[in-house]
Amino acid sequence: MTRFNAFSLLRNALSGHKNWTEQWPDSQPKAEYDVVIIGAGGHGLGAAHYLAKQHGITNVAVIDKGWLGGGNTGRNTTIIRSNYLYDESVRLYDHAVDLWEGLSQDLNYNVMYSRRGCLMLAHTAHDVQSFKRHVHSNRLNGVDNRWLTREECKEFCPPLDLSPAARYPVMGGALQERAGTARHDAVAWGYARSASSRGVDIIQNCPVLAIRRDAHGAVEGVETAKGFIKCKKIGVSVAGHTTTVMETAGVRLPLESFPLQALVSEPLKPVFPCVVMSNAVHAYISQSDKGELVIGSGTDQYTSYSQRGGLPLIEHTLAAITEIFPIFSRVRMLRKWGGIVDVTPDRSAIISKTPVPGLYVNCGWGTGGFKATPGAAHTFAWMIAKDEPHPINAPFTLERFRTGRLIDEAAAAAVAH
Amino acid sequence: MSQFRVAGRGRINSGRRVRFTFDGKEYSGLEGDTIASALLANGVHLVGRSFKYHRPRGILSAGSEEPNAIVGTSRGAGRYEPNTRATVQEIWKGLTVTSQNKYPSLKFDIGAVNDAAYMLFSAGFYYKTFMWPKAFWHKVYEPFIRAAAGMGVSPSEPDPDTYASRYLHCDLLVVGSGPAGLAAARVGAEAGLRVVLVDENAEAGGTLLSEPQAQINGQQAWDWLAAELAGLKAKGVRIMTRTTAIGYYHQNMVGLCEKLTDHLDVLPKDMPRERLWRVRAKRVVLAQGALEKPLVFHGNDRPGVMLAGAAQTYLNRYGVKAGHRPVVLTSHDSAWYAAFDLEDAGAKVAAIADTRPAVRGDLIAEAGKRGIPVLLSHTATTTSGRLRISSITLAVVKDGKTGPETRYACDCLLMSGGWTPSLHLFSHTQGKLAWDENQNTFLPGFTQENCGIAGAGRGLWGIEAALADGLERGREAAAALGRSVDAAPVRVENDRTGTGVSHTELPTRRDAGKNKSFVDFQNDVTAKDLRLAVKEGMRSIEHVKRYTTNGMATDQGKLSNINGLNIAAEALGKEAPKVGLTTFRPPYTPTTFGTFCGYHRGSHFEVTRKTNIDSWAEENGAVFEPVGQWRRAWYFPKAGEDMDAAVLRECRATRAGVGIFDASTLGKIEVVGPDAAEFMNRMYTNPWTKLMPGRCRYGLLLGEDGHIRDDGVIGRMAQDRFHVTTTTGGAARVLNMMEDYLQTEWPDLQVWLTSTTEQWSTIALNGPDAAKLLAPLVEGVTLTEEAFPHMSCVECTVAGMPARLFRVSFTGEIGFEVNVPAYLGRALWDVLWEVGQPLGITAYGTETMHVLRAEKGYIIVGQDTDGTVTPGDAGLSWAVGTKKRDFVGMRGMARPDLVAPGRKQLVGLLTEDRSRLEEGAQIVFDPNQPIPMTMAGHVTSSYHSDAVGRPIALALVAGGHERMGETVYIPMPDRTIAAQITSTVFVDPENARLKI
Amino acid sequence: MLLIHCPYCEETLPEVEFVHAGQAHIARPDLPSSQTDEEWEAYLFIRTNEKGIHAERWRHVHGCGRFFNALRHTVTDQFLTTYKAGEPRPELPVEGGDQK
Repeated sequence: MTRFNAFSLLRNALSGHKNWTEQWPDSQPKAEYDVVIIGAGGHGLGAAHYLAKQHGITNVAVIDKGWLGGGNTGRNTTIIRSNYLYDESVRLYDHAVDLWEGLSQDLNYNVMYSRRGCLMLAHTAHDVQSFKRHVHSNRLNGVDNRWLTREECKEFCPPLDLSPAARYPVMGGALQERAGTARHDAVAWGYARSASSRGVDIIQNCPVLAIRRDAHGAVEGVETAKGFIKCKKIGVSVAGHTTTVMETAGVRLPLESFPLQALVSEPLKPVFPCVVMSNAVHAYISQSDKGELVIGSGTDQYTSYSQRGGLPLIEHTLAAITEIFPIFSRVRMLRKWGGIVDVTPDRSAIISKTPVPGLYVNCGWGTGGFKATPGAAHTFAWMIAKDEPHPINAPFTLERFRTGRLIDEAAAAAVAH
Repeated sequence: MSQFRVAGRGRINSGRRVRFTFDGKEYSGLEGDTIASALLANGVHLVGRSFKYHRPRGILSAGSEEPNAIVGTSRGAGRYEPNTRATVQEIWKGLTVTSQNKYPSLKFDIGAVNDAAYMLFSAGFYYKTFMWPKAFWHKVYEPFIRAAAGMGVSPSEPDPDTYASRYLHCDLLVVGSGPAGLAAARVGAEAGLRVVLVDENAEAGGTLLSEPQAQINGQQAWDWLAAELAGLKAKGVRIMTRTTAIGYYHQNMVGLCEKLTDHLDVLPKDMPRERLWRVRAKRVVLAQGALEKPLVFHGNDRPGVMLAGAAQTYLNRYGVKAGHRPVVLTSHDSAWYAAFDLEDAGAKVAAIADTRPAVRGDLIAEAGKRGIPVLLSHTATTTSGRLRISSITLAVVKDGKTGPETRYACDCLLMSGGWTPSLHLFSHTQGKLAWDENQNTFLPGFTQENCGIAGAGRGLWGIEAALADGLERGREAAAALGRSVDAAPVRVENDRTGTGVSHTELPTRRDAGKNKSFVDFQNDVTAKDLRLAVKEGMRSIEHVKRYTTNGMATDQGKLSNINGLNIAAEALGKEAPKVGLTTFRPPYTPTTFGTFCGYHRGSHFEVTRKTNIDSWAEENGAVFEPVGQWRRAWYFPKAGEDMDAAVLRECRATRAGVGIFDASTLGKIEVVGPDAAEFMNRMYTNPWTKLMPGRCRYGLLLGEDGHIRDDGVIGRMAQDRFHVTTTTGGAARVLNMMEDYLQTEWPDLQVWLTSTTEQWSTIALNGPDAAKLLAPLVEGVTLTEEAFPHMSCVECTVAGMPARLFRVSFTGEIGFEVNVPAYLGRALWDVLWEVGQPLGITAYGTETMHVLRAEKGYIIVGQDTDGTVTPGDAGLSWAVGTKKRDFVGMRGMARPDLVAPGRKQLVGLLTEDRSRLEEGAQIVFDPNQPIPMTMAGHVTSSYHSDAVGRPIALALVAGGHERMGETVYIPMPDRTIAAQITSTVFVDPENARLKI
Repeated sequence: MLLIHCPYCEETLPEVEFVHAGQAHIARPDLPSSQTDEEWEAYLFIRTNEKGIHAERWRHVHGCGRFFNALRHTVTDQFLTTYKAGEPRPELPVEGGDQK
């Protein structure tokens, strides 16, 4: 593996870029591994990286039905933040932010983590109460998140419309300055390159047909399109397709898969300095390093694996953005796309052991999995290596749906009067 | 007339001259010109700079696929837009055009230093560097990278234009009005179908507009076109031009963007700028033609390099010569015709260089007839000219080796690398593409939608073939809808059919590793970048695309995808389909946010619901707050009062005399039927069987998970009739939930549900004088403690109006809620206001309502509860009918964690320093612990209480019910506040004040 | 935007008139209090999340207000049929039937 730095770049530039090597080889499966990770997205590749680097487990395969990074990792709007309400969420997401801060150096791959700040706008008295609750809770948890007056919001994000005549006037906002964005593809590639340099096999275009269990019910291996692969442990990290994979091991999960759409505008000169989210109008926006406005909202209403999504949601999302930022009315949407997200009843993830010995699952991230990538991958790898949850992912169990110990961020933001 | 405008050519011959400016310099064009054709007529090729290297760029195409000629356009305040395609936008009188991505000027751009460092800025370079020292990323590198981003400058003013949207239903939608589309539309119309024909161009006709030489059924092409369009209109076909089919959605819904005003000199009053059409078509025919591919060679991006088909369009449609001395470089027959047309229009074609060793004899003969030098088996190795091409270097290729080079002077280069079927909308349907080995391109395969592809989209070439295919697709659509029709075949003479071959990067004797052979012109992606990506392990086209940004420019890969795929496939040593094709995403061309917003802007973004009494609040200076979709009076300040002063006055007046409050937004549901009580028993936690008609009860609604969802006072109007109230925000949700259970779980119950929120205006009167005020107005019931005790309800008459009168209190004072038919709300309010004057009646808003209820410990669902609170947590166990067999949420409440000790429970808080707490502030038991602290709960409601004489608060505190009298702490940024846990009831715990 | 056939109105109408209401044919236990925690968890939360033909509920909220069931293919989003609440899941005549 060629080490990346300014000198290697310069050296290669002078030699016509003839000496760069593969960032990761296209591996074929071996007969047996210690660990097979299903799903070569950021979470799965990251887990392989941490297994190899921190736990010394390198006889690992990451297998994917398509190309690595081709699922939600490559389709999301890349928002990173940790200003959640509940302690459990804060610990997980803030752990991720800590890792984001050093990820480029850790991977020797610039993932362009951009600490530009995330501003959540309050438009109603209820929003104000809710966001202040977040701000206070975050402060006592050691997470940076502070309240801004409406004027301070405008100062931080100049395109904002403060007109009191707006249908949803801005009453203030909560700002997490450590929040931001990253280059999504680079995250998958950086983890892939690092993991494979440590001996991990990345096997692409290899759909998993079934998880095979032995006579005692424990994991035995995976049946794939490229044959049976024996292994002691399996980590499943396949987002929208979690239920279809887990079903083959006889495990049913509290998940449903929905289409999630996002869109970008044509590239503009820098105009939008931060990430802005508005729950009241259901939309969020940032500007990529290429200049495109990156915009998203919630899922479509029906479960689907089509990755297609409907027009009404796009209409609503752009109306919401234009309502808060009227100067963008004449800007053009360049493209929109869809992904499939798996959603749990409490909208929080599951990083858990399962009833099947040797089978671990990391799923249920809904619309917010990207920001957690290093944190989820790191704790997932820990759990696979030690067969016990890391303290940070311990609350994100499957059992909570039976006991009622939910981590219900969505309910906590409930709007009612 | 400029020296590039050719007399007698083109279709824009009204002769009206239109003046516009480009980068401050005035130019003139003809009515119907695009910015591009007008600039070309003035000899201007240099119109922009590329994204990464800031290389000078010209006009490459004549359509919406343009990657280079991207400009800013403006017509004054608020009407500027960036990134407009000069090849599509028509000029109008006074149009201001500016070039983009340059500083200080288009001809001298400092950013072009990037071009000199070309070898450094290879694909993916930023993933490999800017990592050291770590702190530099945030402070130095990233701001630098971000500052260099983007193309056009964002608008900075709100958009003064309006946008519209419409639905349209038809039998057959034809997208594209070239020969194939016209033919399909005609067959459809003749079969009696309702047909809509759309085209993104200003004029219908497609290819026919650039091929006047063709003879169709013996008629000159343009004459045939005019007659055909007239015929279609006569048959009722709706023809929409300047209308782009932007997306193909589920079940044959196609989104169209119709541009209505951007081409006009003067904006008509009240006309929308653009209109979004949602067309639901039984059948769709996609006849979008094909896009010409550039050739990939070193120096293929200079201004003056143009697609041959585009040059033909500029000449034949706009009467503009791209140059006086073109060289034609091609691998396809079609470009030969461009050479012939230009030569015939007075240009001197320096050479036709074809990459193929053999070319059709008739083409060679035509070239010979015109004296055009022909070079077969040739490649291009470089070009020269800083701001415009001045020469091209060509060389013969023999046995795979490039021979000696010859330089040809030229003022423009017309190139063609063959054609790619335009299958974007087909791709939106998730239609499968099939690789065609012969044509080296993708052709349409299976789609689940009711859709056919016609003409060049299926790889067919020439007008006659397109017409025949269009007729067939039209017949197919008609047959699918049960209509049969005969359509006579159409005969075409002087048709220009042809074939060609496909290339990756053209062969060269130079070091290909240093070549600037552009594939994606706007994003500056070269063949070298693509090969580097493959070398670095990018094996799928998705990886290559993302690593290099090939195909991600504003043309979305229309010109670059297939070349990129072929080059990557060659580097991988695989067949193109094995490397895959990136999916085309909607929209077909970039579309304004305004179009998608349509009418949903400003006050129309979302409806504002107002009560019948809202007008009184407005007239009396209320400050409003949004609550869900409603706007509600928040408080009624008098002159000089701020919010606190107004609320204090309203609270005091209500507790001392009588206050009046508009409660109309409360959700109301009428539950009626023989099984109404049983239904209520099953839905709500409370028992309802024994509630007598004429009595009310506080009702609590849970979800199946055992958490509080809603609450409200419910009156039993009759044995079989309940008047249910819900929270303002919860009305629709509660009704939906009730309907769900009634329709799907208990369809045997004889119950009917009706939303009556909008049927009733509800006025709350509260205070010691409430009965005194109301009694004289009421007929049908006496307002005494005996005749109408607290928690009674009755149908009666109030001020002569039919009313449902409730004796309920959300303040702890004597309280009534008068419901009258919604339209009488204001009238009743006026009466009460008038009658109440001697009693000092005071109007209060939602804030006072919140204070008064908090003083009594009445919860607000959604504020004091958050979706994780059980009845026990909220201190409402008394409202749960534990002896009932079942109710919604009963089982959920019994789950282990919901009955575990230490749950957060609702309590009152009084601060020791008598300061007012902030809602949302967090509570701890140990204020001296380090961060992260263990939090024990939070403040849910907090107000200054005039009645208590100090601030009060409600809070959820872990194990709170067992901690009465204990001190807890609220750490704020600047200090820690100590507070004592108290009961939630701060005023009149004995409820003595409720008595009349 | 999907087109949905309401079996009560007997009309095919755009998606914006309807709300999706989750998986169909999950009957509420007659006596929930007799359910174990595991059974109650399954009733509340466990869904098939079918990748293929999915029986699901919709409500014609901006029309007749009725809940009804549909068979929809979750990969193509195509509706195979819709039927009234309470009716059993229909046998499909042929795999991948047409939109009603």
